[in-house]
This record gives sequence, structure tokens and C-alpha cells, in this order.
Amino acid sequence: MSLTLLNVIVAVVIAIAFAAANAAYLVWAERRGAARIQRRPGPNINGPFGLLQPPLDGIKLMTKQLMIPGGADKILFMVAPVLAMAPAIMSFVTIPFSEGIAAHNMELGVLVIFAFASMGAMAILFAGWGSRNKYSVMASVRAVSQNVSYEIPMLITAITVVMTTGSMDLKMISMAQSGGFWHWNIFPSLQSPLMPISFIIFFICSLAETNRAPFDLGEAESELVAGFHTEYGSMGFGLFFMGEYANIVIGASLTTILFLGGWDCPFGMFPGVWWFLLKIYLLIATFIWIRWTFPRTTIYGLLNLSWKILIPISLFNLLLTAGLLKVF
Amino acid sequence: MGGYFSDIFYGSKSLLIGMSITFREFFKPTVTVQYPYQTLKMSARFRGHIELIADEDGKPKCVACGMCQRACPSGCISLESVSVDIEVDGKVKKKKVLSKYDLDFTKCSLCGQCVENCNFGALEFSKEYNLASTRKEDFHFNLLKRLEERNA
Repeated sequence: MSLTLLNVIVAVVIAIAFAAANAAYLVWAERRGAARIQRRPGPNINGPFGLLQPPLDGIKLMTKQLMIPGGADKILFMVAPVLAMAPAIMSFVTIPFSEGIAAHNMELGVLVIFAFASMGAMAILFAGWGSRNKYSVMASVRAVSQNVSYEIPMLITAITVVMTTGSMDLKMISMAQSGGFWHWNIFPSLQSPLMPISFIIFFICSLAETNRAPFDLGEAESELVAGFHTEYGSMGFGLFFMGEYANIVIGASLTTILFLGGWDCPFGMFPGVWWFLLKIYLLIATFIWIRWTFPRTTIYGLLNLSWKILIPISLFNLLLTAGLLKVF
Repeated sequence: MGGYFSDIFYGSKSLLIGMSITFREFFKPTVTVQYPYQTLKMSARFRGHIELIADEDGKPKCVACGMCQRACPSGCISLESVSVDIEVDGKVKKKKVLSKYDLDFTKCSLCGQCVENCNFGALEFSKEYNLASTRKEDFHFNLLKRLEERNA
């Protein structure tokens, strides 16, 4: 076994372990956070602070029978949950956690992550179509139109950042922001005075891309039973669930790298992986906070927000940045 | 065009207000009761099933007049009595003593007519609300036995 192959295996194992651990314990954090906001204690029976709840939930899901509804498209039905989880894990490979910690640094890291992220919509489409269930089809139509329309402003804001940095390499983008918080992309610079707005647009888009409330129209329980995963039980559902949380971690990591300086310390002290983790978990806490604050939007409100507000503003921002880059 | 930007502005502002409310709620103490471990104290006017009241000697205050049985619209109370000779001031008197008091709680509508009609203040509502069972027989209460258990 050559050393590079060993490296790849170790990297993949770490990526899977990190994704699975995050998925499991973010569910716990989500439930505890939601409970605190609603002034209840949340899961607190199994273990201290309910910390044994996620592994027990996992055991419960794994011991259940995998049911395939009659008339379902078996291949699509089985492929969809795997497709929801696999791209999320693959995206971890390119994310640099700090200067030295990256499974495989690619020059086109931004592109790779967006390419994998767009596969998530395919998993939802397959799940909805393969289930042979009206609710699932309606949910997947909604989710796909949502994912397509939010990918546009997300990519445009990412392009704005890439233009100011001059690189698609996630490591380079992060390094370019090092040396104190005033270098971070979130703050307005001479070349790009509308950066805070780009950050907000990117954040909203990453909420929508991960199908999180208030944009969780793909699973709108009150209207569509459970949306695209209505027919899934057992670990099929478990994979969708884990995929959602893994995608949240990737969304937060990408936001951190593009706008919040990656592993850079705000005061120039002790740069390292802990700053990166602190930033992504703060962003994830905000995700959870938003989910338990706002009610679900309508599909019209959702698409109007993207096409009438986010896309024009991000396009204007792109043109402004392009022009100012020529000037300065 | 003016409406467009003011919509964005006031929309974002209202979102921030909502988020500040949930942020404040996050740090407030919880208000729920951890049910199997903690239970609520029922209010004074809570109506559970009926219960006999004991006198100073621990005997039921009930004189077995049967008013409750007659008042009950659902017919869920059945009581029996025996006459016992007791000595009062050197004379032997006959007195009715309650020997059986059964409540069929499956039929009871908790109207409270029995408590209302009792002239001797011998009935009360219990504060028991953990009444769940899979068997019908569990709701046929022997109130005399329950009184003895409470006295013990």
C-alpha cells in the first residue's frame, strides 16, 4: 500500500467520522437549542444533558426495517439517500480547516464544493420521484425550484469574493484575509464596498440551499406530511437527516472561509483550527436560532425573495466590484 | 421603487426584532414540569373521582343515607349498610353503618351531584389525576378500602 493511498483512506475516514459526529450532535444541539428558546429542557433523560440521545437514536434507526413502498422506483428510491449523504462527505475533502489541516487542497476548491452541493437537489428529486407519492413529488418540485433559484445569488456572491481575492483556492482565499479581523471579507473594502450585504445574501442562500427553516419547503410537515422523505424510514431517513446536518457544516465552513477569514484569529493571536471551529459553530448556532424564530415562508415568498431581491442586489454588487477592481 | 427598498428595510428590521425576542427567551429559565418526576399540585376546585371523608376515629363520616346514590345521574355509586347495635348513654341503639361503597368510575361524568347532595359532608373530590389503565376493572373503586389505606 503506497503512502498516498493510505493518506486518502485516513482522510476519508476522518471526513466521514467528522461528518457523522457533527450530524449526530448537531441534532442534539438543535433539539436542546429549540427547547431553550421554547423554555423547555429538551432531551435530558439519556445521559448527562441528554448527551446519549444521538447514539440511541442512531441505534433505533438502524434496527428498523427498510421499507420500499409498492410501485416505487426501487433504484432511485435506494440511491437517493446515499446521494444526499455522499456529496456532503466528499465536500469535506476540499475544506481547509487550518493551514496544515486539509485532506486534499484543490486549486478549484470553490468550484468543487458548489459542484457537490448542486448534487443535493438531485437527491431530493430522486427521492420525491422514486417514492411514488404525491406529497413527495410536490415537495421535490418545490425543493428543486428553490435550490436552483438560490444557487444563482450564492454563486454570484462567491464570484464577487473570488474576484477580489483572485483565486478559487479555498486556502488562498482564507490566507488572503489573515492578520486581524479588519482584513476579513465581511467588512467593506475599497474594491468591494458592499461586502456586508454579500455576506448576508450568502448566508440566506446557504440557509435555503440546505433546506433549513424558514426555507424548508421541501419537507413542510404541515402541508406535505414529511415532504420528499415521507416514504423513508429506518436508515434511509437517517441518511437524509445526516446529509442535512453535514450540509449545514459545509455551508458554515464555506461562509467562514469566504467571509470570516477562515482560521484567522480576529486579534492576530494563536491562529489555528480552533478559530475555524469556533466560527463555524457560531454560524451553526445562528442557523438553529433562525430556524426556531421564523415561521416557514410560502413558495411564492421564497422565489420572490431570490429573483426580485437577492439576484438583482448580488448582480449589482458583482458589477460594482468588477468596476472598482479596474479603478483601484 | 421606494416601496421596494422600504420593504427590504422594514422586513429585515422585523426579522431582527423576532431574533432578539428568541435570544432573550433562550436565557430565561424553563417553565415545564418534568412530568413523571414532578407532578403539579392540583387546584382546590379540581374534580377527580370521589373519596370518602373520615371522622376523628378514622371511620367514614357517611351515615349510609343513600342520597348520593339517588342523585347520581349515571348510576355509578352503589352502597350497602348493615345495622349495628351500639350503646349510647346506657341505652342500646341501632345504627346503620356503611359496609360497602363502590364507585364505577367508567360511568362517572364527574358532575359532582353526589358531593353536592351529601348532607353530612362525607364526600370529597380526590386530587388524583394519574388514572390510566388498560383494564376496565381498575376503575371499579372500593372507596371503603381506599379510606382504610389512606388511614394506614
